[in-house]
Amino acid sequence: MTWVGKSALRKEGEKKLRGEAKYIDDITFPKMIFGITVRSPIARGILKQIEYLPGVDWDSIIKVTAKDIPGENYVALIEKDQPYLAEEKINHAEEPILLLAHADKNLLEKARKLVKFHIQPLPTVYTLEESLKQKEIVWGSNNILKTYAIDRGNVEAAFKTAHSVIEGTYSTGAQEQLYIEPNGVIAIANEKDGVTVWGSMQCPYYVHKALVPLFGLPPNKIRVVQTETGGGFGGKEEYPSVISGHAALLAWKSKLPVKMIYDRMEDMVATTKRHPSKTHIRTAFDKNHKLLALDIDFTIDGGAYATLSSVVLSRGTLHASGPYFSPNIKIRSRAVATNSPPHGAFRGFGAPQSLFAIERHMEFCAKTLKLDPIKLRKANLVKQGETLGCGQIVKEKIKLASVLDHALQASDYNKKRKIFAKNNKNNPIKKGIGIAVFMHGAGFTGSGETFLASIAAVKATPEGKIQVLTSNTEIGQGTNTVFSQMAADALGIDFSDIEVAQPDTSFVPNSGPTVASRTTMIVGKLVELAAKDLKQKLIAAQLLKENYSRQEFVAACKKYLKDVGDLKGMSQYKAPPNVIWDDKKYQGDAYGTYAWATYIAETSTDTRTFETKVDKFWAFQEVGKVINPNLARGQIIGGVAQGIGYALYEDIIWKDGRMANNKMSNYIMPTTLDIPDIEVKFMELPYSYGGGGSKGIGELPLDGPAPAILNAMENAIGIEINQIPVTPERLMALMESNPL
Amino acid sequence: MKKIKLTINGKLFSVNSNPFSRLLDVLRDELKLTGTKEGCGEGECGACSVIMEGKLVNSCLVPILQAEGKKILTVEGLAKKSLTPLQKNFMKCGGAQCGICTPGMLMAAHAIQLKKKKPSKKEIREGLGGNLCRCTGYSQIIESIQATRSKA
Repeated sequence: MTWVGKSALRKEGEKKLRGEAKYIDDITFPKMIFGITVRSPIARGILKQIEYLPGVDWDSIIKVTAKDIPGENYVALIEKDQPYLAEEKINHAEEPILLLAHADKNLLEKARKLVKFHIQPLPTVYTLEESLKQKEIVWGSNNILKTYAIDRGNVEAAFKTAHSVIEGTYSTGAQEQLYIEPNGVIAIANEKDGVTVWGSMQCPYYVHKALVPLFGLPPNKIRVVQTETGGGFGGKEEYPSVISGHAALLAWKSKLPVKMIYDRMEDMVATTKRHPSKTHIRTAFDKNHKLLALDIDFTIDGGAYATLSSVVLSRGTLHASGPYFSPNIKIRSRAVATNSPPHGAFRGFGAPQSLFAIERHMEFCAKTLKLDPIKLRKANLVKQGETLGCGQIVKEKIKLASVLDHALQASDYNKKRKIFAKNNKNNPIKKGIGIAVFMHGAGFTGSGETFLASIAAVKATPEGKIQVLTSNTEIGQGTNTVFSQMAADALGIDFSDIEVAQPDTSFVPNSGPTVASRTTMIVGKLVELAAKDLKQKLIAAQLLKENYSRQEFVAACKKYLKDVGDLKGMSQYKAPPNVIWDDKKYQGDAYGTYAWATYIAETSTDTRTFETKVDKFWAFQEVGKVINPNLARGQIIGGVAQGIGYALYEDIIWKDGRMANNKMSNYIMPTTLDIPDIEVKFMELPYSYGGGGSKGIGELPLDGPAPAILNAMENAIGIEINQIPVTPERLMALMESNPL
Repeated sequence: MKKIKLTINGKLFSVNSNPFSRLLDVLRDELKLTGTKEGCGEGECGACSVIMEGKLVNSCLVPILQAEGKKILTVEGLAKKSLTPLQKNFMKCGGAQCGICTPGMLMAAHAIQLKKKKPSKKEIREGLGGNLCRCTGYSQIIESIQATRSKA
């Protein structure tokens, strides 16, 4: 019996269903007190003074400002520009300035209102357009956090010979991750034992890396433990480093355990969101509608600090030309600074933004050329042996055209376009059907995985189980379950023989962050290799033959533990031999592999209320080997639902650099009544360097829905919509300026 | 402070509480029933859903005074030794991912079942309309309830 490919039941499912799973807010420690963050009311200025107004017993409250930081005041990630607590310069609304702790939460809320910051305001920059004008410099010497350039062939020469040249501009808004469990941690910190943080997070070693310089302690004095995590979606990639540092600083000063849990409004107003973007695309086609040249200009708004913007920008840039082959490509991209709270990781990580642009653009090109949008795409889809925008030659077999055909057939796309066109004429509710064809690179971008050099381990326990040791977190996506399936198969034992250790930096190796659709594919492979290493130790010790039963394996482990000692298998990442990325030239094999997809949306737009509903959705993809069909389907449907929100509902209202609608009652995410039936289909081309033959799929489903839905809406109402989210208000404005 | 008696999962409890304390806080902080979660604190997400006198309520919007003498069911009161058919189907169909909305979803699903043995898909969608889930896109939650329905 093998486990890979079967819908094994969620490993930690039962405790979640019984309400027994312990999330951070379910945990208490003796003598624990509570911490809060007091934040800047304005977006930019110079902090002159902190005044504590009378009304509470200030002596009973623990106060931490930048001056109390024992080590260095920056959040270690990529750059050193973001302070844990603002010292003098304020760079964004809601920037943390002061931390307070006390045993009484109500008293803390009273105290928060009695803190007065005297800040001398400075001019602000709130949009990427303003930032690009460089009238006011808010970061570095020119507001530019990072740039990339790709040049292949001769784009300008190609434009001169083109049969047709088409250009368009596309923009996307910020999006809140909206995990249902807000950010939260508990910290215990003192000079003797060092710092320990428990919390809701995706990447324990990112938090670890950030706490080392903050406290100036040796790495072995910092311990980070992930507790059951109620969703992440990127929102708990880098932000937990901030809240962990804050709670730990309060714990350090108070010498007591400190719990810091954001309420929903604070979580929404102060933490990261998806980067807003603007893309300009110019395409040249020959007379057969083959792409001659692509000229893409891609800008994202990074907010006030560099955080992860450079890598988000990179993924966006490398996906910007979509799944198409063009002999000549020029891409210029940049992340710019504004005085918004830093934008950050969100499932898809730059790719949903640039793929939205290219897939809207291809639709627009087809319309302009009076061509079937499917024919135009098919004429230009990248084939095996051709290059993607980043210069990567597609060496593996590629089944995208077949994925596309299956999706067209299942959705009855061609027939529906005709029927809808006919029926829409006298109906105020206009139906449409639209498509998006795309890919998503799995694992860290470029040489990222090589630099990470992730390590995974497995060990035998005295109880006769095999424990998987990685720093990759279960955040709902099924890490525990798929690791158990892959380890069970690598060892030829049962799924129930495998345990997955709680990620705790005091004893799990650094297998890298839980991001970039890398956990199953990259770390899963490492788990398999570590399991095989353990098996080889048993064989080398002559306790196990090549062929063995499950009982013989368990007996061999127990004997090894008794006679020899600890039984552990390890593995470390090595890049596949044919994957070569040139960091200096910014070209090559940007990703080890890609998942390829076609998504189709069927929509209804009410031209009286300007509301749009997705009636049906088809999500078809080639994803390597599917490790757990049930979990994989759940990943796709959940991602599509977030993509539907991104396209139609989730609108962040900015006011003076601050999210004004920071509540679940006015930031609208999809409910059961907004999400249609979603038909999911997987095609499998096993990837030999992925765990169990898998490719990453976590982020893929966020890429397709927005362009597919907008293409469907254009099909329905005949108006170009090139900006998301398309709220009824935005559609009304567009339709009033473009009457039907 | 006021002494308030209420029945939770079939057991009588007496709490000494500010009458305006939220039922959610009494459950979680005083009675250590942490299965019920807080997602938004404004009655929007449904993570704190419990059943009070047969009706689905957001426990973050119920002052404890209002729960005086009432019968409350929380996620901890569902399974006895083994999981209920509904919980088993959540396992089988993939109705739980990160699990934070799951206690509330189970309560909403239970409330649907209390109303109707064999609810339609539309009735299931409507019954879950006040419970937000960011992971699943809802399909597998709906399927979990449908699977339970077909055996009811």
